[in-house]
Amino acid sequence: MNVIFRIWRQRDPTDAGGFVRYPVDGLSPEMTLLEALDRLNETLAAHGEPPVAFDSDCREGICGACGIVVDGRPHGPLPCTTTCLVRMRAFRDGATITLEPFRTGAFPVLRDLMVDRRALDRVMQAGGYVSVRAGSAPEANTLPIAREAVERALDAAECIGCGACVAACPNGSAALFVGAKVSHLARLPQGQPERARRALALVAAADDEGFGACSSHGECEAVCPKGIGLDVIAQLNRDHLLATLARR
Amino acid sequence: MTRAVMAPALDSRVPTGPLERQWARRRDELALVGPTRRRFHTVLVIGAGLAGASAAATLSELGYRVRCLVFHDSPRRAHSVAAQGGINAAKNYQNDGDSVGRLFHETLEGGDFRSRESNVYRLAELSARIIDHAVAQGVPFAREYGGHLANRSFGGTLVSRTFYARGQTGQQLLLGAYGALAKEEAAGGVALLPRREMLDLIVVDGRARGVIARDLVTGALETHLADAVVLATGGYANAYYLSTNAKASNATAIWRAHLRGAAFANPGFVQFHPTCLPVTSADQAKTTLMSESLRNDARLWVPLRAGDARAPQDIPESERDYFLERRYPRFGNLVPRDLGSRACKAMVEEGRGVGAGAGAVYLDLSDAARRLGVDVLRERYGNLFELYQHITGDDPLRGAMRVAPSAHYTMGGLWVDYDLMSNIPGLFVIGEANFSDQGANRLGASALMQGLADGYFILPYTLAGYLAGARLPAVAENAPEAREAFAAVDARIERLLAVGGRRTAGEFHRALGRVLWDHCGLERSREGLVKSMEEVAALREAFWGDLALPGGAGELNQELERAGRVADFLELGELMCRDALAREESCGCHFRTEHQTNDGEALRDDARFAHVAAWLPGEGGRGPERLVEPLHFESMALLERSYT
Repeated sequence: MNVIFRIWRQRDPTDAGGFVRYPVDGLSPEMTLLEALDRLNETLAAHGEPPVAFDSDCREGICGACGIVVDGRPHGPLPCTTTCLVRMRAFRDGATITLEPFRTGAFPVLRDLMVDRRALDRVMQAGGYVSVRAGSAPEANTLPIAREAVERALDAAECIGCGACVAACPNGSAALFVGAKVSHLARLPQGQPERARRALALVAAADDEGFGACSSHGECEAVCPKGIGLDVIAQLNRDHLLATLARR
Repeated sequence: MTRAVMAPALDSRVPTGPLERQWARRRDELALVGPTRRRFHTVLVIGAGLAGASAAATLSELGYRVRCLVFHDSPRRAHSVAAQGGINAAKNYQNDGDSVGRLFHETLEGGDFRSRESNVYRLAELSARIIDHAVAQGVPFAREYGGHLANRSFGGTLVSRTFYARGQTGQQLLLGAYGALAKEEAAGGVALLPRREMLDLIVVDGRARGVIARDLVTGALETHLADAVVLATGGYANAYYLSTNAKASNATAIWRAHLRGAAFANPGFVQFHPTCLPVTSADQAKTTLMSESLRNDARLWVPLRAGDARAPQDIPESERDYFLERRYPRFGNLVPRDLGSRACKAMVEEGRGVGAGAGAVYLDLSDAARRLGVDVLRERYGNLFELYQHITGDDPLRGAMRVAPSAHYTMGGLWVDYDLMSNIPGLFVIGEANFSDQGANRLGASALMQGLADGYFILPYTLAGYLAGARLPAVAENAPEAREAFAAVDARIERLLAVGGRRTAGEFHRALGRVLWDHCGLERSREGLVKSMEEVAALREAFWGDLALPGGAGELNQELERAGRVADFLELGELMCRDALAREESCGCHFRTEHQTNDGEALRDDARFAHVAAWLPGEGGRGPERLVEPLHFESMALLERSYT
């Protein structure tokens, strides 16, 4: 199949940037979108032109490195799918496919389709963990945990930290990302001692990083490649409210 | 080039006394650094997968100043994240006869007696504490209805000792270690520098004292100095181009350290995983694993008749060959990966492969679906089914899945002693990057165990022992050794950019992968290896004469990153072949066609090859030098592996 890629090119964070069109021919529907981009890049490189910069690594939907806005939608047209798992069969032959970086204030564009998502790590540093030192853990089966609780914790813990939720949100909010971590640990006994502090600290850190507030648009849930739902934001709001009241 | 002064032979520094007491004894012997002195020691950790993140976090908890460099934008991306099936631990929660001794024996035997007994015993001994720690971190391992931890089985074992979190155990364990790292970053003990790639090791007075790294965003070269350097940079299966590794996984850090004098042990020991998704197009960027845990419930088969083109569900039971069950009745579908992969290859060579290009075998869950119901299977493997459907477009529960072997894990790596230190004092190597525990074949669910044992529970002790005993005068950033390394890196980048040819790094990488797959893959022969060494050398020459590399050094340039890594693979690839050629026996994953039993199984030669081969870099026209560390087995007689 033949397609035209319309790709955001931006040399560095200070460059204004703009779209450039690249026709690419002879693709097969089984190829992934990123393999098609690889093909384009090899052609560019062989002709001495700078290839399109983009992040990707595992190419199996788990590392969270990839993330391109495809035709206006973070990670592309398929539900619960990272960019790297989108196949060309998701597009029609002859299509013009627009590729842009995840655009949001807290993710500066580094080059082309590559953004700096380090703000998400800094939010996690505020308390997205259980404070336990290596060496101090009790025997693992000391504390039975209901199977249901663990499964629900894992539903939230599946977050791959790709930032699509932020890119999709009209407010640039990281509420789904923060809610996923808060919910993961709130649903387990290990997370209880720091539960209130964690909710307060993560929300404050997200505010400091310039992420917006949540106003329940639900765009985040629609693009999350792991299918994490708005229930984690409800949990976040509840924990944050209770912690705020308890503090007063 | 400044190289470390070589010790005349490789001293494994294994403690004396019975295996069961060795680690306790070493811990008692190791000197300690006092709590108020630790903050005066800086340790560089390169890489933040399971091994690197756990080591960096734990060292920081102890009070050392840690700098951690990763080439990703975040430490949570490291490829440990993609490990699916689980992590082994000798908890014996199933009451099925497991013990530290049994895990030790099975790991040693699974590795076909080419690993160091003392290291393997320690790994088994520490396995249980890893589970304790991960659970305390909030890692949501699967549970029984009563709330206790669940287990499943993996290849090469007769007990259930594998802990798991659906099909994403690696992700959950990595997020545990990532959380620990985030905690220590917040506390100020760890400075994490993302998007940095280590390009050389700085050796001063024979000791590792720092690295040269490139800031991948600005292109600037940086000198990082420290009292010790820890490499946790993973394996080199991407030498084959197509592998289950992530696109950016590479050998550059360990290869650059090797060129500074670190011995490279058993470079030819590469694991091919039997159940990967088959390669379907020439443009394919990598292969994807389907977890070995599927083999708990799935049966592998091919049609009895070559060229049978019917859909799998239309082939009656009597016309199927469940080849693993036939050949290995005791272990059946749960044989170790090396045997599984070779058996798949044999079926394909008999013309009985299936799918496009007839290069795959069926992995069939329909018996289990009838026995347990589809819902139970979805609960166990749900995300694997989704992944299969995403990639192939087929429903994995209709008919059967198609799988084929692919390069997956490298048991070889930098040589380390019992304390995980290389032959360059102050250079420690942990996780897949070292060679120590997996022998000639790694059992499933043992990589996560090793990475975390190294990082949480071994390195923090042994590194302290080194720091307490070493005289480490301050090194200035403009010390001649640091300047020399900086200049060498700079010159190499300029050389890459100056080639001005027409073929991309990717093109050379694919060509290298084909050579290694053909001649240094599942089966090796003298003739093929000799030929492949010539071919790799020719490719290397072509690379330096015809590389197309756009852009410059002082900017974000992913082609430049790729070219540097491919250049290193082109050197390492030759050493892999050289090592495979020198090892005139078959063991584990290393199958020399000249050395096999009448049944086509690997034929070891313990008299000549019960040793680790560790290579020093060639110098001044002299080829690489092969050193030998003899392996002694006190716990058990050297058995011929038997899974039949």
